[in-house]
Amino acid sequence: MSVLVDQHTRLAVAGITGREGSFHTLNNRRYGTNVVGGVTPGKGGQDVEGIPVFNNWAEAMQEVQPNTAMIFVPPRFAADSILEAAAAGVALVVAITEGIPAHDELRVYNLLKRDYPGTRLIGPNCPGILSPGKANVGIIPASFFKQGNVGVVSRSGTLTYQIGNEIAQAGFGCSSIVGIGGDPVPGSSFVDVLELFQSDDQTELIVLSGEIGGSAEEEAAEYIAEHVTKPVVAYIAGFTAPAGKQMGHAGAIISGTAGTAAAKAQALEARGVRVGRTPTEVAEIAVQVLGGASIAAP
Amino acid sequence: MDLLEYQGKQLFARHGLRVSSGEPVTTVEDAVRAAGELGYPVVVKAQVLVGGRGKAGGVKLAADEAEVREHAGSILGMDIHGHTVRTLWIEHASDIATEYYASVLLDRSAKQPLVMFSVEGGVDIEEVAENTPEKLIRHHVDALNGISREEAIEIATEGGADADVIEGVADALVALYEVWLQEDATLAEINPLIVTPEREVKALDAKVSLDGNALYRHPENQELSDAENEDPIERRAKEEGVQYVKLDGDIGILGNGAGLVMSTLDVVAQAGGSPANFLDAGGGSDAEKIKQAVQLILANDAVKAVLFNIFGGITRCDEVARGLIAAFEDLKPDVPFVVRLDGTNDVEGRRLLQEAALPNVYAARTMNEAAEKVVALAAGESVGAPA
Repeated sequence: MSVLVDQHTRLAVAGITGREGSFHTLNNRRYGTNVVGGVTPGKGGQDVEGIPVFNNWAEAMQEVQPNTAMIFVPPRFAADSILEAAAAGVALVVAITEGIPAHDELRVYNLLKRDYPGTRLIGPNCPGILSPGKANVGIIPASFFKQGNVGVVSRSGTLTYQIGNEIAQAGFGCSSIVGIGGDPVPGSSFVDVLELFQSDDQTELIVLSGEIGGSAEEEAAEYIAEHVTKPVVAYIAGFTAPAGKQMGHAGAIISGTAGTAAAKAQALEARGVRVGRTPTEVAEIAVQVLGGASIAAP
Repeated sequence: MDLLEYQGKQLFARHGLRVSSGEPVTTVEDAVRAAGELGYPVVVKAQVLVGGRGKAGGVKLAADEAEVREHAGSILGMDIHGHTVRTLWIEHASDIATEYYASVLLDRSAKQPLVMFSVEGGVDIEEVAENTPEKLIRHHVDALNGISREEAIEIATEGGADADVIEGVADALVALYEVWLQEDATLAEINPLIVTPEREVKALDAKVSLDGNALYRHPENQELSDAENEDPIERRAKEEGVQYVKLDGDIGILGNGAGLVMSTLDVVAQAGGSPANFLDAGGGSDAEKIKQAVQLILANDAVKAVLFNIFGGITRCDEVARGLIAAFEDLKPDVPFVVRLDGTNDVEGRRLLQEAALPNVYAARTMNEAAEKVVALAAGESVGAPA
């Protein structure tokens, strides 16, 4: 197994006719992901290298039954596209788009919860989800990851590649890599993804990569203490970040006394989660816990 | 994007919150003129994006022209916790009977708007939350329905507002929520929200943070960002669309991806160094953007060594190498660089750098090795021959 995306994924992409959208869609297809369609208003009937394009999500649902939506449209159209995919009945929406207003994210989160509880949103402002050997939905460079038994969940894209690469070099592979994104109101939190990894057979160890801002890591710590029996190794970025300065991600800002890296690391360690001080140390701890190099599954 | 007090008050006024009349000025002469027009007494208030202005001597009451002249002269140019005062807000002084506190913010944990109210205003609200949490009302509003007037009256009542101003406080809370919602704010705070002897409810201060991602919906707010008293390199970076934050140290940092850059800062600090900046070159940076970024890093005179930490995903390491080579040709930097390239096209990138044989550029294979090398170089130590 793996989580969220695999060989049963039927992917359709909003913004497939854009430059970034088409590039990454085709990349995902080359990896083996089953891409069944795209959505661009006004471009229904066209195709992108054989992938049919529809005017809206309802049409795409009727014609090709996607179970996964990837959102690549510009920020001002992204909220509506996510909601439209949910209304069409798509079960998983992965929003790559960066720069969506926080109020739009808040509205989308609450509308999904109230009106479309069957739809799970990952992102926005995330690199997507990769289940090595099965499917890639998003912009994660798949070549750095092998199939295996480590589940990775992260707020940051490149940092995930760094940690994943260290794990791969130590001889381990990953069940799934889930980027939840660096925005203030992500559709799914660490807790949501931890729950998935906990019940996934293939995953034997979970790596959680957090950063400054908000309290998602503290909430993850609480959840781990009560519900996660698998070993979790964490990393927190931003120990040297000053308060009040936004460090790139919209969500990465220390406000008042809350949201510091030290407080997050402490919350995790207090509940028995080992925290690596560098990405390298995270991989070292993971290897130690798993006991020598071994890659599970074919 | 944090607003100065007077900018926040202008937004408040737009949504029907009562504020005192006033004028922003940047010279002593304008301060005197504004005070004359507003009528004495006035308050001379330093406009800086940092708390503790009053204690630092940045807020003074002036009864006449001589006092305005004296206070404006001493406050302009004053340093308040590292922020230089360039703008004053001259406001007609208000009589105060009572001071309350009110705010609306995005509660990231609950994923709902949070309205807070307290009758303990005019003091540090974090202390109230810490020492007398029962005096701080925390009320979550349904993001999809917004706040109702009845809800606002409940908050004011529960919080213990004086009976005769419950309605006035409720109106202020509703208006503050509208500011937060309509202006795409992440925080809208009034401390103190005062009651005058005439029982008027009025915002005496304003702290507003706007969401930079939503500015396209608010062209009228776009100019507000220019008024920030920010660092000149940070301002230039913003114009060029580069994520740059100036820090206090002497090691320039460039990386791709916010998380990786934050992590790089940490690893450098752990190796005993002190980062001079955060710079996220972003995904898919081309050679030109890399050159621009090098210029920004070197614009800070404190920089003694620079670390490039790239893990290429969308970003291609060969493009980064080309950008660095171009930057060296143009800028001829006299500080050493340590470069760590991994990921997409890393072999090609490393080969380009080796062939270019740039003076003073050192290669590192891992993040930790790169951090150790750059810290040694910044301290003036030798780390072997350049690559």
